[in-house]
Amino acid sequence: MSHPAGPNAAGLRRDALVERLTLFSLSGPALLLVTMTMLVPVGWLFWLSFLDDAGGFSLEHYRRMLVQPSYGRAFRITFEISFITTAICILLGYPLAYVLSQLPRRAANICMIAVMLPFWTSLLVRTYAWLVLLQRQGVINTWGIKLGLWDTPLALVHNLNGTLIGMVHIMLPFLVLPVYASMRAIDQDYLKAAANLGASPTRAFWLVFLPLSLPGLIAGALMVFILCLGFYVTPAVLGGGKITMVANRIATDIELFFNWGAASSLGVVLFVLTGMILYLASRIVRLDRLLGGGGA
Amino acid sequence: MARDAALPIAVRRLTKSYGTLRVLDAVDLDVRRGEFLTLLGPSGSGKTTLLMMLAGFVRPDCGSIAFGEREVIRLAPHKRDVGMVFQNYALFPHMDVAGNIAFPLKLRGIGKAEALQRVEQALELVKLGGYGARRIDQLSGGQRQRIALARAIVFEPRILLMDEPLSALDKQLREHMQIELRQLHERLGMTTVYVTHDQREALTMSDRIAVIDQGCIRQIDTPKEIYERPTNRFVAEFIGESTFVTVDVDTAGCTFNGIPLALASQPARKGPYHLMIRPERLSILEQSVSAGVNVLPATVTAAIYQGDSVLVHASLPDGTMVSVRASASVRAPVAGEKLNLGLNAADTYLLPVEESAA
Amino acid sequence: MGWLGRPATDTQITHGRRLWLYVLAGLVLVFLMLPTLIVIPMSFSESQYLEFPPREWSLRWYRNYFNSTAWMQATATSFKAGILTMIVATLFGTMAAYGLHAARLGFSGLILGILLTPIIVPVILVGIGVFYVYVKIKLVNSMTGLVLAHSMLAIPIVMMVVSSALKSFDMNQERVARSLGASRMRAFFLVTLPQIRFSVVSGAVLAFLTSFDEVIVSLFVSGGQNSTLTRNMFNALRDQIDPTIAAISTLVVILTSVLLAISQLFGKSGAR
Repeated sequence: MSHPAGPNAAGLRRDALVERLTLFSLSGPALLLVTMTMLVPVGWLFWLSFLDDAGGFSLEHYRRMLVQPSYGRAFRITFEISFITTAICILLGYPLAYVLSQLPRRAANICMIAVMLPFWTSLLVRTYAWLVLLQRQGVINTWGIKLGLWDTPLALVHNLNGTLIGMVHIMLPFLVLPVYASMRAIDQDYLKAAANLGASPTRAFWLVFLPLSLPGLIAGALMVFILCLGFYVTPAVLGGGKITMVANRIATDIELFFNWGAASSLGVVLFVLTGMILYLASRIVRLDRLLGGGGA
Repeated sequence: MARDAALPIAVRRLTKSYGTLRVLDAVDLDVRRGEFLTLLGPSGSGKTTLLMMLAGFVRPDCGSIAFGEREVIRLAPHKRDVGMVFQNYALFPHMDVAGNIAFPLKLRGIGKAEALQRVEQALELVKLGGYGARRIDQLSGGQRQRIALARAIVFEPRILLMDEPLSALDKQLREHMQIELRQLHERLGMTTVYVTHDQREALTMSDRIAVIDQGCIRQIDTPKEIYERPTNRFVAEFIGESTFVTVDVDTAGCTFNGIPLALASQPARKGPYHLMIRPERLSILEQSVSAGVNVLPATVTAAIYQGDSVLVHASLPDGTMVSVRASASVRAPVAGEKLNLGLNAADTYLLPVEESAA
Repeated sequence: MGWLGRPATDTQITHGRRLWLYVLAGLVLVFLMLPTLIVIPMSFSESQYLEFPPREWSLRWYRNYFNSTAWMQATATSFKAGILTMIVATLFGTMAAYGLHAARLGFSGLILGILLTPIIVPVILVGIGVFYVYVKIKLVNSMTGLVLAHSMLAIPIVMMVVSSALKSFDMNQERVARSLGASRMRAFFLVTLPQIRFSVVSGAVLAFLTSFDEVIVSLFVSGGQNSTLTRNMFNALRDQIDPTIAAISTLVVILTSVLLAISQLFGKSGAR
């Protein structure tokens, strides 16, 4: 930028700088805090992941990830669970959001409480509730047998089933909220126009409504998938030690083996994968939608 | 408030660019003590930027702004002591009307009793006495506008700035408020800078108008001078309707397409000129032609009945289209008809042909 | 069955043909509400084994909770951490949101990006990272360390809520206040803050809940005297199903609902 010369030019430039710095300094405390408790620790782990036991540079931890099958399994199960959870969330959440979006505002807002309350209820409390409901002598099994739906108690928890049920329950609001918001924003005149042009209700839905609600759906599904990748509590409790997602593996490496290098390298790979998915997604949808969905 | 308390404003070489876009280009402007000056220009001309610089919300790259003797260009907005009325009024919805108006008084540490009295005075002044306890969302657009004005003058600033304050009102209310604002200015005598893109509003209200285009002041003068004697084509075309035809001036006189024209005043230099034709100064000539009236032959292209009058579009011999109003009571001309248009010599106004007109 | 035959939308599909959709949506709503709702009656059961519906009602598990020093200490820790986090995150987050909103500098996007990263970084990574650093600087098991880590997690949430409020706030109001004689800071406190207060309060409530409900970072950096409620609950869950947790869960659900209701009510009165 050129520096125009003229009366007061230097003073005005100084004033502009001071104003900018003042406003910038308002983010100072937050920036310092995030740096101290996030950037530095995560950066440090990143560094650790490239050191061997003797403290020299090595790719040992990353090599082990390729060689040891247990690591590969952790990644595979993490992606499988995340994928299935996201798919179930779409199958359950999209129709729910659709019905809610067609209801009158008041009725929809009342139904939204059913979505919002679990959204803000402690994750641990909800996981616990599922544990209680799904166990062998739990509510679901006792009622199922009492009603004659099945004879022997089903294995609903301490396995993949329990983990999936719990994760779908926790993630569903993250899908419903952005999808609902994007459906509400759709102008009903489009559908009238489609009907007027001869589209059957079903065709109008597939050709008009679905494409218009797609940005919200993609944002919601992406959010669900990314959050699933980092899940720890639900698989730990509802998986009963049998489901080892990457986060659980990281915790085990620290708690049991004190192997910082191994844990760090796993964390780094998980973070990089998350970042890559976000980056690829940002080329398809605008990411501010994604962040907007959570705070509503 | 005494008129002598009002401050003159002197703006010198005020410049602002965003990247390569020059919003204001070394603008000089003098606003006289107690004057009502309007900044008039199309959107994007820089008029609002200039106003925001006077208020201190936009920082120029360089230049100087003096209120009276005092240089204020680096002064923070809250120390400038100017009243400001925004386009959307920006009333505080979390305070009632009295709270809004008392806001500047409270900031100046004025006691409750006096503040109360001055708030009521200000409300009387804008003809909303007794409205103090109303909530902002209970007010109509016109009332909000008045409250915003009351808030801007209650602390007796010596300069009042207004950014298109009437643009959100409907036409009738706007015209009413124009007169009221003008009367208020007469009573208070504050130096007032008023921004608008509505030329009629500018002509109605101002002591002087500064016409701005592309970050430059193109002309600054009284409404009458601006309208009747624009110094360039931009001003002539922006203010009022006008059509231009090229005429030749030489020692023998002035001719348009070979037709000799009588002028109000003969320009000193010879050469081509633009003759400004305002539609309302044209008339349709019947038979007799009085002296001092130029006769321009024209062909009617369309005649549109508009109730109170008939709008006649016609083409001059050089092909220039002009329009003229005819009384609806006489026989309306029809398309294709040839007729004579009259232009008083006293109403002729020539502009030198600019290198880059428009 | 007249309603079933009536068109449901402007595209003339009938309610009858969409019945399956309504049933599905209803079931999903039940699925969402069910676990939380069923735990509440179960917490009032006399039995050692959680039953629904309980055969005998009692406050046994609540007494158990309130008489346990360990649970009480953990609850106190969680409240303390939650309130301190609320104060720190609301203050820092609001300041940053305002600064970035008002400045619109070239690199405010970069700063925003840094401040929002805690949302996308896997919490487990943050947890072990913070643990590692805290071991070095002796902040493990301290209230300070816990509050700092929780504040970092809560700042993005406060910022998102406050930023969106600022986006719909008319900054001309702040300008007009400044022209009327208020310094920028006074204009913020007298004009801007009163109008975005609903969002600031929402942000504060969410910041409190973020800390109060947080498990993973607490697992690593809280302990001993400063063990949080969630940490103790999590450890209890891994061992056996203690019905005391049902009582605690019920109390947490009530607390969450009350807090959210308060912030909603506050919003209604603030919207005027």
